[in-house]
Amino acid sequence: MSKPLRREDVAHVAKLARLHLDETELDEFTKQLGDVLEHAKDIESLDLEGVLPTAHPFGLVNVVRSDTVTASLQRDAVLRSAPDAENGRFAVPRIVGEAP
Amino acid sequence: MSELPRGWEMVVGLEVHTELRTATKMFCGCANSFGDEPNTNICPVCLGLPGSLPVLNEHAVDLAMAIGMALHSTIAPSTFHRKNYFYPDMPKDFQISQYDLPINSGGHLDLPDGTTVSIERAHMEEDTGKTTHLGGTGRIHGADRSLVDYNRSGVPLVEIVSGPDIRSSEQARLYASELRGILIATGASDGRMEEGSMRIDANVSVRKAGAPFGTRCEIKNLNSLRSLQRAIDYEALRQVELIEGGGVVRQETRHWDEDLGATSTMRSKEEAEDYRYFREPDLVDLIPDDAWQERVRVNLPAMPAERRTALLERIVDPAPAQRDAVIVVIDLGLESFVHAAVDAGADPNIALSRVANEIAASTTGHQNLSLEAFSRTVLMEQRGQLSSTQAKTVLGELLEHGGDPVAIAAAKGFEQMSADSVVTMVEGLLEQHPDEWQRYREGDDKLAQFFIGLAMKATKGQANGKDVIAELQARR
Repeated sequence: MSKPLRREDVAHVAKLARLHLDETELDEFTKQLGDVLEHAKDIESLDLEGVLPTAHPFGLVNVVRSDTVTASLQRDAVLRSAPDAENGRFAVPRIVGEAP
Repeated sequence: MSELPRGWEMVVGLEVHTELRTATKMFCGCANSFGDEPNTNICPVCLGLPGSLPVLNEHAVDLAMAIGMALHSTIAPSTFHRKNYFYPDMPKDFQISQYDLPINSGGHLDLPDGTTVSIERAHMEEDTGKTTHLGGTGRIHGADRSLVDYNRSGVPLVEIVSGPDIRSSEQARLYASELRGILIATGASDGRMEEGSMRIDANVSVRKAGAPFGTRCEIKNLNSLRSLQRAIDYEALRQVELIEGGGVVRQETRHWDEDLGATSTMRSKEEAEDYRYFREPDLVDLIPDDAWQERVRVNLPAMPAERRTALLERIVDPAPAQRDAVIVVIDLGLESFVHAAVDAGADPNIALSRVANEIAASTTGHQNLSLEAFSRTVLMEQRGQLSSTQAKTVLGELLEHGGDPVAIAAAKGFEQMSADSVVTMVEGLLEQHPDEWQRYREGDDKLAQFFIGLAMKATKGQANGKDVIAELQARR
């Protein structure tokens, strides 16, 4: 059986997702998420020997497109929707640290 | 190459990222084109706009499989995951990457020095956008703001991960160079490190010979084979000195600074990576069937190792310098010149030398030089119709403007001296330098070069060295 969801697990996941939860929200979501996981635990009572995990409800594989160029968006129109732009590029606040 | 202190050994594994030479990106129809105006190849998919859906590029799969086949990997059913992180180079806030089930697993790469490096995997993933940091010192930590170009966002990549089998920086360079040759041969990549289409991270640790593996550091920002070699040597020595000084190596990511010639901490393991990988729900499994694999396999050209062997077979008893020349010629994809000349009856040694030196060094490329013109030039040289100096001049002219070697030789006044005039000239030289002639006759062979030099000077390069030597020997 998997471990029950703890308050610090929720805080950790919230941090990774850049969600700022206050103390009340942490309690609230720990319970809500815990209920969801509890619900899914029903599956653990089944005999799943030899059953592969399902990532997809469809039986499709190898959905591909041909390597043919299609039209891109107009840059000016796109950048008008951006919070800030400079020299044809999106401008974003100073980044601390490098890309992963 | 610097040596580690006695008793120490470095253990290196490389992660090579290569952009694939497709017409379009990995999951959308935007052009995959380096150097275009910023943000002109962008669409809802590669900008991560809500509701957009990725569809896999079939040709990217072809190229990924071609890489795997060239590396003797097993092509296996594979899936795509989301690697979640927040950084403006990825507007979706995740990168789509293969994770636990890569398309290519296992394999190996044989190096020209006879060693073999194992391949753990070669998986597909998408490239990120390009960020430019403005203000401050220009370095990331001093930047005021950053500008982002998403043309590269979503460009297909294959990451090739080697086993920890590399034991010297020279071997690392050889591996990267051989892998680059394979990527170019398969058509998967243009191999241009300076344009970032091939990028390398190095995992480096050290140990006493025979001991278990040490703690490794990952070095990023290796943009040339020279950087790769220098960074590995620096990092291995840093770790040995740290340990010998009583310190402990921390597992961390380090940044190579080419100007300083040093690595420095980027981030340590403690702040690391929790990417919450999970299956990309918008993509289905990729399971290339036998027919698809076969279609790729039949189009696979000969790899560099095979081409080197084929070229070496044409040289009788190759000297070490000739083996190096063969590596250069294959690296540059110039072997068709040697093969054509030899097929036309040319001396393989002369042909190889002219290709590895004159053609390889051409700054204007070789598109003006036909295989036939090259073969004829080599034949003219070997028959004594051109001296080697003259042959090089003719080749230079052919490389620059193309044309007919016979016409070029005639236009330059490269007419071979008649046998009579060689005899007369040599006679004259021997009279002027009786002491040297005497020493040559007594067995000092080195003086042959002295007389050839004089002959060349006297004839402004028109004399054929072989004829001069023949005359000297006849009179000895």
